Amino acid sequence: MIRDITIGQYYPIESKIHTLDPRTKLAMTFGFIISLFFGTNLLIYLIAATALAIVIKVSKVPFKYMVKGLKSIMILIVFTVIINIFMTQGDPIFTWRFLTITREGLVLAFSMAVRLILLIIGSSILTLTTSPIDLTDAIERLLKPFERIRVPAHEIAMMMTIALRFIPILLEETDKIMKAQMARGADFETGGLIKKAKSLVPLLVPLFISAFRRADELALAMEARCYRGGKGRTRMKSLAYQRQDAIMYGLIIGYLLIMVGIGIVL
Amino acid sequence: MCIVRVIFYERLGELMFIKSKQVSYDYNVHNDVGDIETTYRALSSIDLEIKKGDFIVILGHNGSGKSTFAKHLNALLLPTEGTLYVNDIDTTDAERIWELRKSAGMVFQNPDNQMIATIVEEEVAFGPENLGVASEEIVFRVDQALSTVDMKEYAMHSPNKLSGGQKQRIAIAGVVAMHPECIILDEPTAMLDPSGRKEVVDTIKYLNQSENMTIILITHYMEEAIDADYIYVMEEGKIACQGKPKEIFSDVEAMKKMHLDVPQTVELAYMLQQEGVEIPLDILNVEEMVETLWQLKSKN
Amino acid sequence: MAIEIKELSYIYSQGTPYEKHALNGVNLTIEQGEFIGLIGHTGSGKSTLIQHLNALLKPTSGSVVIDGLSIFEEKTSKKAIRQQVGLVFQYPEHQLFELTVYKDVAFGPKNMGLEDDEIHERVIEALKKVGLEEEIYEKSPFELSGGQKRRVAIAGVLAMKPHILILDEPTAGLDPYGRDEILNEIKRMHLQENMTIILVSHSMEDIANYVERIIVMDGGSVILQGDKYKVFKEVELLERIGLGVPQVAKICNELAKKGFIFDQTITTLDEAVKALKPQLVKKQ
Repeated sequence: MIRDITIGQYYPIESKIHTLDPRTKLAMTFGFIISLFFGTNLLIYLIAATALAIVIKVSKVPFKYMVKGLKSIMILIVFTVIINIFMTQGDPIFTWRFLTITREGLVLAFSMAVRLILLIIGSSILTLTTSPIDLTDAIERLLKPFERIRVPAHEIAMMMTIALRFIPILLEETDKIMKAQMARGADFETGGLIKKAKSLVPLLVPLFISAFRRADELALAMEARCYRGGKGRTRMKSLAYQRQDAIMYGLIIGYLLIMVGIGIVL
Repeated sequence: MCIVRVIFYERLGELMFIKSKQVSYDYNVHNDVGDIETTYRALSSIDLEIKKGDFIVILGHNGSGKSTFAKHLNALLLPTEGTLYVNDIDTTDAERIWELRKSAGMVFQNPDNQMIATIVEEEVAFGPENLGVASEEIVFRVDQALSTVDMKEYAMHSPNKLSGGQKQRIAIAGVVAMHPECIILDEPTAMLDPSGRKEVVDTIKYLNQSENMTIILITHYMEEAIDADYIYVMEEGKIACQGKPKEIFSDVEAMKKMHLDVPQTVELAYMLQQEGVEIPLDILNVEEMVETLWQLKSKN
Repeated sequence: MAIEIKELSYIYSQGTPYEKHALNGVNLTIEQGEFIGLIGHTGSGKSTLIQHLNALLKPTSGSVVIDGLSIFEEKTSKKAIRQQVGLVFQYPEHQLFELTVYKDVAFGPKNMGLEDDEIHERVIEALKKVGLEEEIYEKSPFELSGGQKRRVAIAGVLAMKPHILILDEPTAGLDPYGRDEILNEIKRMHLQENMTIILVSHSMEDIANYVERIIVMDGGSVILQGDKYKVFKEVELLERIGLGVPQVAKICNELAKKGFIFDQTITTLDEAVKALKPQLVKKQ
């Protein structure tokens, strides 16, 4: 059953965002994130949020999936807000005993919270609209020019692909080993930190050994199919830009110029 | 006269896909410090020849040396003594090793530990991609290979959700897409349930009959060898006996001594024979057995 | 130690699009000392069922009562249940982890909180039962052959001295010799210690040669149960749900259609020879 979990929470549906080249989407995400730091002006956040809302709408992914990512870091956001509200120096607005709220504090807290939220949602769109394999392909293509300075682009991409393939398998194996040890009376739940750590040995040792064995067998199988690294390899499907990607790159540049402009002027 | 004979033998040589000449293999067992403690001879003077287009089965219990020999067939291991030719290429010829592996593809025992991709069609494309085949040609080969193993509808599926038999069929497709002349399968059904085993055996029989693919199947399941062209039985690193299925299986005593099962049809015939029934031992399937017994009954 | 399973249901991933009813109101009784064979196509619910018997899984509804104790109640000690009901998973050698064979087999008894000398006794006894000699006790389990590793893993469960032993495909991946060894060992334990055994297997021949009662599962329910003569009579039903019958049973089933006489369903070679001989040998 664990094998049913899709990694990276890819939401498959037909949309203009989904069909964009993954490199374009990486560029969009990157551009969006850096634009958030061009200033603390409210206008910047409004434009960013509007752009984000448009992309969400076009992607046809239900909004609730966007906020899923937020849930886990909600504590971090609240914590950051509180720290910034109470710890920033500046014009005091409100004082109670030893707690002081400054205007600067409020502004900073608000900035941080908004940036974090927009950042998380923006990244979520990337993984919701791009399958892990496409992301891997995009990263390989983008790293390829760096092969001249010895960056192993192909090997990195191969590692990511194999990791994606084996994560569900290893998860399932973890479950199996856990159950087998529990059947022999192992207890993974009770006890202090040290006891719990010790109790992981019967789980981790077989898991590691199994992982090494798999790696061995996989290497043999890959060699048997003439794998010898990236040299001379072709691809069945290559990433190819289409007209919509060119348009989107244009939009990204336009968006960044506007944001930089606002950041400088205001 | 000499010239004719030489040409004749050369032609014969071309027909042989595998030529094993006195192949031996030694394992070194190391102690904790790293020094060699003992040497264990896993293969002893293996002499055999496998003709192109044949369906060969190598039988043997675990530890008989069959898997060790399988690994020699695509140069994953090299002989300690003797020479092995695969498609007329010496396995020790380092420069032609990739040519060798392209012509002799291999499918392994564990369905999961052979697949690297997250989508079936990408998995099948892996081999051709490694060979530098052009993109459009790869698309064509993947499609063809998936049709051959009857898994075309699963092209866009994740391998995770497939059954064991389906996964092994994908593994076979991955090899077929490289257009080999021979497929070697090292215990491909050991981890499968009976229906998965049937899927795999049906697929390789189809490949052998319809595409004239040379098939070398290494297994300990006797039922899979029933339709083989020729069988080699290995024991303690040597070829203990060889022959056509009917010859091999009817030697029930020898099979039992080597800890191998015979199909229940053969064993039944053997036991009836012990009880005085005049029945041949080389009956390999249910229909033949039913027919034979019915004939016997009618005679009485 | 009787097992009573009442209306046991289990739903995976309830509420999600991947929801699956693995068990649908299973009702079963297993008496102490029985040797049960549990058969079913992959996905029929066999693995899910056996994982309930030692409380590794908690049912969506229904109950399991072992020797009068309802095992899913809060107050019931899961550890105690797992000592009484030993479960050997498929490819059990994948759970080995200790530095020596001895230590790995001792893992179970140690978790039970036993004294050292009691642990020692049990480990030696268990290793002897699976036929492993003393020379390997101090070896690392990872130095052993596949068949030996498996026996160490089984010994690890036996050392807990369960009253009920469940084995999920204990012969998977073994060659005929290995398979015979393990099954004969299980049979011996059943006879000598009156252990209740539940054997999950895909080999109809193995089932026919060893078990007393067969339970057939399909789609999360028990669709047929009884002694092997009763179950293997239903050739068409079994083939329809993706199982089979022992080859010899199939042969005799076909022979019966051609006029051969059989007193009962034939399930083993010995039975076949006994029934066929008089019909084949010329009357003197």
